[in-house]
Amino acid sequence: MSNISPNTIPNTGKFSWIKYLKDRPLWVDLALIAMAVACYFLFPYSLAFVTRVLIVMIFVLSLDLVLGYAGVATLGHAALFGTGAYAAGLFALHATASPILGLLVGACAASVVAFVSGLLLMRAHGLTVLMLSIAFAEVLQEISNQAGSITGGADGLAGFIMNPILGIFEFDFIGQTGFWYVLAVLIAVFIFLKMVVASPFGLAARGIHQSVVRMRAIGTGVYWKLVAIYTLSGAIAGIAGALSAQITELVSPEVFATSFSAEVVIMLILGGMGRLYGAIIGTALFMVVHHTAASVDPFNWLFVIGGLVLVVVFFVPAGLLALPAEIKRRMGRPT
Amino acid sequence: MHTLLSIAIDGIAYGMILFMISVGLTVTMGLMRVINLAHGGFAMLGGAFTHYLMKSGMEFFSAAILGVIIVALIALPLERGLYRHIYKFSELQQVLATIGITFLMIASVNLWLGSSLLVITLPESMTGTVDLGFRSLPMHRLIVIGAGVITVLGLYLLIEKSRFGIYLRSAVDNRETAAALGIDTSKIYMLTFALGAALAAIGGILGAELLPIEAYYPLRHMVLFMIVVAVGGMGSITGSLLAAVGLGIVDTAARYLVPDFGTIVFYMVIMFILAIRPNGLLGKT
Repeated sequence: MSNISPNTIPNTGKFSWIKYLKDRPLWVDLALIAMAVACYFLFPYSLAFVTRVLIVMIFVLSLDLVLGYAGVATLGHAALFGTGAYAAGLFALHATASPILGLLVGACAASVVAFVSGLLLMRAHGLTVLMLSIAFAEVLQEISNQAGSITGGADGLAGFIMNPILGIFEFDFIGQTGFWYVLAVLIAVFIFLKMVVASPFGLAARGIHQSVVRMRAIGTGVYWKLVAIYTLSGAIAGIAGALSAQITELVSPEVFATSFSAEVVIMLILGGMGRLYGAIIGTALFMVVHHTAASVDPFNWLFVIGGLVLVVVFFVPAGLLALPAEIKRRMGRPT
Repeated sequence: MHTLLSIAIDGIAYGMILFMISVGLTVTMGLMRVINLAHGGFAMLGGAFTHYLMKSGMEFFSAAILGVIIVALIALPLERGLYRHIYKFSELQQVLATIGITFLMIASVNLWLGSSLLVITLPESMTGTVDLGFRSLPMHRLIVIGAGVITVLGLYLLIEKSRFGIYLRSAVDNRETAAALGIDTSKIYMLTFALGAALAAIGGILGAELLPIEAYYPLRHMVLFMIVVAVGGMGSITGSLLAAVGLGIVDTAARYLVPDFGTIVFYMVIMFILAIRPNGLLGKT
């Protein structure tokens, strides 16, 4: 669990944003953005799917903060995604259908839920955290199922139509505006998280992951730090949920599903946790494999997903991004 | 009064099913420190084999017994070939690896028997009602409770009184020391794993009326089985029994009394218990 690569930890005492950004080549980021844009032109008829992948990327990034950086394993992250989705949907239905305000509302609602559940979750360890986080998501799912008069129950929350973004860009039927909107939010979230993980706050999260005892010894309030990380992660998960509500203009209780929480964990591990790029790569790969396998053979695609998960856990436990280093290690040390 | 008795009988029967399925999970978690999300798959496989054998003309009891044996025989090489490597993994990797195994189990049963409900028709001797004089009770629930009690007694004798039990307990307490004293811990692991799988299969078959067998069974009820272990405390069989019967009664009572909020009440109780006892009711701190 502690094999986090130290490649982005600055070793100077004083932290400088300018130096940080200067030290890092931007070509990887530009290439990723170029690939996203290329998808827009290559798959004009699958824009809904491409947009969905981008939304899930934001969600997996939020999970990376908790799981990859702070090392807290949860299987109930969909609780935060779903809260953001319902909050944004209800806000659009009853207050105003402004997309940007909706994102803020989704982020706030999910971070409140994250804070409250975090107070309980961050006290526990291991299996108990897994179970508690699942329990939270299940309770929220059941509430959204039962409170039919507010949430639309099992049929889902529908009937809201989003206003144009910033009053200018109208949502269209094939989802072109939606794509650019989600891509812009993803880039903003990514830049924000890059700064967060390089900040003292992000370093503290890694420190807790590597050794709780030592972090306590140097005077960090571990519990409150974890709650803060979880709350921040909740805000970002809430943004992802809000985006999903706004793009599909429908929210169903399925947003809280435990299988969704498990899938995003798989995506993160697949790409490599504790790395922001890992979240991006893992999500893209998993969702494309899932999508292709499910459309090629709708009955037996679980074989592919199950096999993929086992191969990753057994052979590249640190994720695909660690693959070059892993190959080097195996080649370098003949057995 | 009438409702209370129904709740008690149904709740205890449900709890016994949960106990039989989860007890193997508790022991393997306490012993091998492995979070095995695929454990419910053994219950499903037990039910699937029984369904298949009965469809091929076998009667219930021999089909069930054969089904349980087959599951145990599948568990043995699975432990040797796959799980052995998983023990060394970190918690999260274990979760993922066993989810992967669950997916493969589901996909296999789906391919073999399809995704429809796999019905297990109980023989007449197990259906119907028993008249107790003041009221009658469903036979199936009584048999389930009886089987649960027999399992508890059997496990007690096996673990407290037999040589295998002594080895098992010493391996749970300290694996290295046990191995150093000449106990073949890897054999203990394998036998325990197969025993847990067999018990899960029995639970799956007997509980098919409450938790219907189908391909997605292990995923659908995964959380339920894990919760029994988390609430009971890892490695504690008594804890699992308490948790399973307690949760069985809570769940049944909530469904009877507040049907709309059954699930919410159930999970609230779990959150409350885990909040005050993070290591479970009888878990070691």
